Amino acid sequence: MELGVYTFGSAARDEATGRPVSSAQAQRNLVEAIKVADEVGLDYFGIGEHHTEEMPASAAATILAAGASITSKITLASAVTVLSTEDPVRVYQQFATLDAISGGRAEITAGRGSSIESFPLFGYDLQDYDELYGEKLELLLAIDRDERVTWRGRFRPALDDAEVWPRPDSGHLPIWLGTGGNPRSSLRAGQLGLPIAYGIIGGQPHRFAQLAELYRRSARASGVPEANIKVSVGIPGFVGDDGPTARETWWREWLETMTVVGRRRGFPPPPRGLYDQDSAPGGALFVGSPEEIAERVVALHGHLGHTRQFFQTDVGGLPQRDFLRSIELLGTKVKPLVDAELAATGAEVSTGADAGVRA
Amino acid sequence: MSATGLATVGIFGAGKAGSALARLAVAAGHRTLVTGSPGSSGLELLLEVVVPGAEAVDGHTLARDADVVVLLAPFNRRDELPLGDLDGKVVVDAMNYWQPVDGTDPAVEADGRGTTEIVAQANPRARWVKSFSHLGYHDLEDDPRPAGAPGRRAMAVVSDDPRAAAVVADLVDRLGFDPVTAAPLTRGRLLQPGGAIFGARLDADQMRQALTSTRSPQPLAPR
Repeated sequence: MELGVYTFGSAARDEATGRPVSSAQAQRNLVEAIKVADEVGLDYFGIGEHHTEEMPASAAATILAAGASITSKITLASAVTVLSTEDPVRVYQQFATLDAISGGRAEITAGRGSSIESFPLFGYDLQDYDELYGEKLELLLAIDRDERVTWRGRFRPALDDAEVWPRPDSGHLPIWLGTGGNPRSSLRAGQLGLPIAYGIIGGQPHRFAQLAELYRRSARASGVPEANIKVSVGIPGFVGDDGPTARETWWREWLETMTVVGRRRGFPPPPRGLYDQDSAPGGALFVGSPEEIAERVVALHGHLGHTRQFFQTDVGGLPQRDFLRSIELLGTKVKPLVDAELAATGAEVSTGADAGVRA
Repeated sequence: MSATGLATVGIFGAGKAGSALARLAVAAGHRTLVTGSPGSSGLELLLEVVVPGAEAVDGHTLARDADVVVLLAPFNRRDELPLGDLDGKVVVDAMNYWQPVDGTDPAVEADGRGTTEIVAQANPRARWVKSFSHLGYHDLEDDPRPAGAPGRRAMAVVSDDPRAAAVVADLVDRLGFDPVTAAPLTRGRLLQPGGAIFGARLDADQMRQALTSTRSPQPLAPR
């Protein structure tokens, strides 16, 4: 099982002043986090494109490229690239460049994102939400198939035997399809033969077993080779030295972030009781001690059969020190526990080498 | 009405909320029809795996055969629904106009009425009810409890048509929530994002109280 971290960037509290760090410092925090994640043996670091002051990671490939130059093993991915409002040619160039710099560690997770700031920023119309995504995904996959592309669509100028460089050494970039659980996306990922990344941010994660089953059946019906049928999970989580302290520490940040989101989306802040329920076994918040988190990862694996799980930790104003400590515990404590448990139960254990299998 | 004597439930939308509601309806013993945007073979596989027991149908079949029709398509695709086929049907608008996700629709903003009132004008011969829309799809599946269970969560059922409201209230109860009916349909504005009921965890007493609220829906905070 690969373990890792994903982030949208955060306005971490500066512990000296109690004030949020600058959005520039937030970028440097992420580069530092990538370095620590690699050092402690984590497999994956993902950056999800966001465009807000409190989630300011808008240029994932740039941050990941800085991380690539100071790390050696960790996979560097977007989680997700809001493909609907991007130019797939540019996305491919950026991640192929990242792949070159990192020695083959780049991945793209194509998604729509759950927020819409990028639409007005880049001049797209939300009325085209579905069509934009479908068309741009098609083009991205066409570019990955061949460096010479001939393509026509509605939303960008046609390409006539155009060349897209650089190319990844392995020939292709891993391209995952990111989804928040709309069944149609699982169907589509299977039909396209793409690995699927589930973003699970609420409810009971074991319910995604049905979607993973739909994905696998859809892929098999389309003749996709078994090696290319892969499931990963991104989910909120924070690891602390002991469970109760971890849950207390992270509650403040979760409440802050959900209050901000709720104000914009018109729902009330979550009550503490709901947080306690969600951060208990079976819930969607993986907050606790290394032993608790390891046990819950293994339990979820029993439902989903996923080969990678990564956690969004730096929410609210979580100080960088706590973020880094969680990363450290995830690598040094949780990962060995999960690997040992899955090996003992005979479950398939994915290693870093598996990640080299290109879709 | 199917052989079980229970209402046949027809759901427009096979997304997160549509499939969650369909699972609840199947579990409660209702014949359940679903239509959605994947092509028909895709929809069949989708339902077979994600909502076993539900039937994949086209929109016109759904409109003809369902006793209760639930709209759970994206709000900004409402014009694609065959609302003209729904004369005399009990139709539950469970869609939300949610600017942070769907963007701003100038026509809706300028209208000033509740979104279900706007949707309903497309077919005044249907019997419109607003319900299901104020709960997240996770809650829809995680929170059902048997009737009488302490802390059972309430679901608002708002309509100008008391008999239509009663049909939906019965369904809501069977799915695991305490129905609280209210009239007129303009009360449905309280269920919308920013309204007192949207996303709030309320039992039946609290819901009755909330449905009498005179507080206007709060504008959503700008980005």
